[in-house]
Amino acid sequence: MNPTSRRLLYLLPILLFAGLAAYFLLRLGEHRDPSEIPSPLIDRPAPDFALPGMTAAEPGLARADLARAGGEGKVTIVNFFASWCLPCRAEHPLLSQLAKHPGVALYGILYKDEPAAATEWLKELGDPYAAVGVDAQGRTGIDFGISGVPETFIIDRTGHIRFRQWGPLDQATIDGKLLPLLDELTK
Amino acid sequence: MNRPRTLLLAFLAVLLLSSLGMAVHAVEPGEMLSDPALEARARAISRDIRCLVCQNQSIDDSQAELAHDLRVLIRERLQAGDSDAQVRDFLVARYGDFVLLEPPLKPKTYLLWFGPAAILLVALLSIAIYFRRRRNEPAPAALSAEEQARLRALLADDADEVEPRREGQP
Repeated sequence: MNPTSRRLLYLLPILLFAGLAAYFLLRLGEHRDPSEIPSPLIDRPAPDFALPGMTAAEPGLARADLARAGGEGKVTIVNFFASWCLPCRAEHPLLSQLAKHPGVALYGILYKDEPAAATEWLKELGDPYAAVGVDAQGRTGIDFGISGVPETFIIDRTGHIRFRQWGPLDQATIDGKLLPLLDELTK
Repeated sequence: MNRPRTLLLAFLAVLLLSSLGMAVHAVEPGEMLSDPALEARARAISRDIRCLVCQNQSIDDSQAELAHDLRVLIRERLQAGDSDAQVRDFLVARYGDFVLLEPPLKPKTYLLWFGPAAILLVALLSIAIYFRRRRNEPAPAALSAEEQARLRALLADDADEVEPRREGQP
């Protein structure tokens, strides 16, 4: 081995380190939450469910409702929420804003909560949901693969899940990801 | 007994006690199945299922509500006649491979499973090549008469300088 290539060989560890450091720096700069788990349900049909309403008088929510809204040309947003959940309160105004989108039907799934408490909560903050189903046991939550509330799913007209928001919605996600996706899906 | 050893023993005792504490599980009596064989299978499965809330605990260890729900769900599915693999697939379909504490072996995880062994192999190979090459290198040639003379001169020079310097002398 000639001296020049040997000297380059000695540089190799430094170059490897520099490469790794640059990679870590880039990944750190992405502002991603490492505890966020990618959903395997993306591009898969929404799981089947049929949940009772908040009161005997209210209709509840089932996958058939999503299919019906899809048939009417609406993209559906399914939001898991609870009145005991503080981040749900934080995202509530953003959800209400989204619900006004003309091509969208917003549905709520009340996750492990007392319907009476949720009724109070919605009375106080306003009710943006076209319908709410009560998931008292959290089984529908498990079928959607949620690990807590809030989580929000965007389901296209054919009933396939296209996006999952883990944790509360924020303005940056809505502007950067949600609205472009909704535009694409409601075309 | 000297002091450092006493300290070391105390430290080991603390370690042992804290590891005993970790052996306690979160499974509540009400969740357990009456069939011991089925319960043993449920325990074995839940030890390898990640709690999605705590993320670094198995659902067997976790007190989180979701972990409780998943433990109950696993037992229900076993009672309904699912095999262990079917129960795992059921959870993976909803939460992804992340729910398994031990990542499955598939093309996407080959690097994870075989990467360390590959690095070790490359390292061993490079070491072997290095030593083989060194053995094959010819021994350095003997010094020429001219070099010998120069070496002697240098060593003689050095001999002048090893004299210890004394305080106060330049």
